[in-house]
Amino acid sequence: MLRHGIVGFVVRRTLLGLLTLFLVSIVVFAATQVLPGDPARAILGRNATPESLKTLREQLNLDRPVVTQYTDWLGGLVTGDLGRSLAANEPVTKLIGKRVENSAVLMLLAALISIPLSIVLGSVAARRRDQPFDHATSIVLLALAALPEFVVAIGLVVLFATTVFELLPAVSLIPPDEHAWSHPKDLVLPVTALVIAVTPPIARIMRASMVDVLESEYVEMARLKGLPERTVLWRHALPNGIAPAIQVIALNLAYLAGGIVVVEFVFAYPGIGGAFVDAVSNRDLPVVQALAILIASLYVFLNVFADVATILVSPRLRTSLK
Amino acid sequence: MSQATAPAVPVVQRVRRRRPIVLLLRRAWRLTRTKVGVALVLLLLGIAVIGPLFAPYTADEFAGTPYEHPSAHARLGTDGLGHDVLSRFLWGGRSILGLSAAATALGLVLGVTIGLLAAYSRGRLDDLLMRLMDVILAFPSIVLALVAVATVGPKLWLLVLVVGLTTMPRVARVTRGASLEIVERDYVQAAEAMGEPRLKILSGEILPNVTSPLMVEASLRLTYAIGLIAGLSFLGFGRQPPAADWGLMINENRLGLTIQPWGVVMPVLAIVVLTIGTSLIGDGVARASAGIDPRAGAE
Repeated sequence: MLRHGIVGFVVRRTLLGLLTLFLVSIVVFAATQVLPGDPARAILGRNATPESLKTLREQLNLDRPVVTQYTDWLGGLVTGDLGRSLAANEPVTKLIGKRVENSAVLMLLAALISIPLSIVLGSVAARRRDQPFDHATSIVLLALAALPEFVVAIGLVVLFATTVFELLPAVSLIPPDEHAWSHPKDLVLPVTALVIAVTPPIARIMRASMVDVLESEYVEMARLKGLPERTVLWRHALPNGIAPAIQVIALNLAYLAGGIVVVEFVFAYPGIGGAFVDAVSNRDLPVVQALAILIASLYVFLNVFADVATILVSPRLRTSLK
Repeated sequence: MSQATAPAVPVVQRVRRRRPIVLLLRRAWRLTRTKVGVALVLLLLGIAVIGPLFAPYTADEFAGTPYEHPSAHARLGTDGLGHDVLSRFLWGGRSILGLSAAATALGLVLGVTIGLLAAYSRGRLDDLLMRLMDVILAFPSIVLALVAVATVGPKLWLLVLVVGLTTMPRVARVTRGASLEIVERDYVQAAEAMGEPRLKILSGEILPNVTSPLMVEASLRLTYAIGLIAGLSFLGFGRQPPAADWGLMINENRLGLTIQPWGVVMPVLAIVVLTIGTSLIGDGVARASAGIDPRAGAE
């Protein structure tokens, strides 16, 4: 099984990821199109006329056998045809294209800030183990980790956009034809909310891992060689301390995929998370299906990436594959 | 195990095996953070359960004009419709607490059952069950919940069901992981040899030995369920107006933040205190559990 070493592992893990995605597509399809009995009636509600029901059924392909519906839908997904939005009456791809970019900007910025921040916080806390800095960060991180994202986001609005200080916009007013990065002021609060959501778990695992590494023999060795503590921490201990954290980092980036849903809604940020909430409110099933698959794919991809990266950075696991 | 035919030795073991959970809670209680956590949770529980008795108005009674500032007749002012903020705050905790407790309980029961079954039966059933759990884990919880809401509509039972379902796989993994080793133990083999029914072995022999990791997981899951339920009702998919609910209140009043912040600040503070409280308890139990090997007292 393990004959092919790393490449074999990556291939197997990717295939498993694809299998998961296939199952995910079945779950999404079943939940939205099969379970409700008659989705057309569920969407239109009690005011539905027979004609409107018939039109909607045709639009959603409900008049065909379930398996055909599914294979058509899946085929569309694979070839980039995500169907038509019922609310906006335009192709889903057109509706979400720009929003995918905006959400990507948000997540990327959050990742670029939170990863170094949490690594530094965790490492410094480990270095000053059981000192005031360690205790203080430990309690603050525990508290922040407990808070739901929407509470953090609303808290930021209260503190920095409305009640206490009015420094930053409470709503992201980014015109549809402009890029998110040309509106840095509108990005500050949403990015901060996401950074607060993902930093604590990474910093905590980083601290735990660095505590172990700093007690190891080779770190002792580096110290005995007379290297300055700063060099020991950042050059010798950190590269080894990061390995166990990689998985948690990737898992938390995957968590961002869910985090954007609420955070974008709070700031009315024009991304896929906010669009998803709108689609759920409007019962716009084609958009719900497309975005659920999109977010889940991102989530699965980052999970696969987490496993592969963990193997690549930990020498011991790497050799065990051979 | 209580039959007269049961050998004396396993009975003695049973008594000693039950101890870790008591020991765990005692050790956890010794930590300051656990006590603070319990105090915070009790405070919020008190507000949610007894609070409505002290509410000057009902949840949907009009107390004045929209967005009034705090005054003698509305101590925390009024909301965008002229309801009394204090009264809605006092009425609004029950649903969040009740729904998240129910969802966590559901997730624990399902997850523990599946985890125990998987660990005990192994082989194909184990693979099948855990693959199914992986599929649920392939969605961020909120996405799965929203897909369900999109098709069924904002129903409270649906929130409990779907949050319970997303809690289940995580609990199942922990239970399975902790049980795998217990299944191999002599006393489980002995019970099997004596022909005890499967259900009795699972609940009487294996479950008591995995309570420690389960306690840690349960408090983590509860914190998470509170966040998810409050978040869903903030998005407008929980209780519907004019009912009072902390999540809903935050969304209703955030447009008036610059005029009258209390309708947002109070429920936000309540959710902050509640989630920090449950996670402090969880951290206390986790620390206590790391200090004791959960299975050390077993033999």
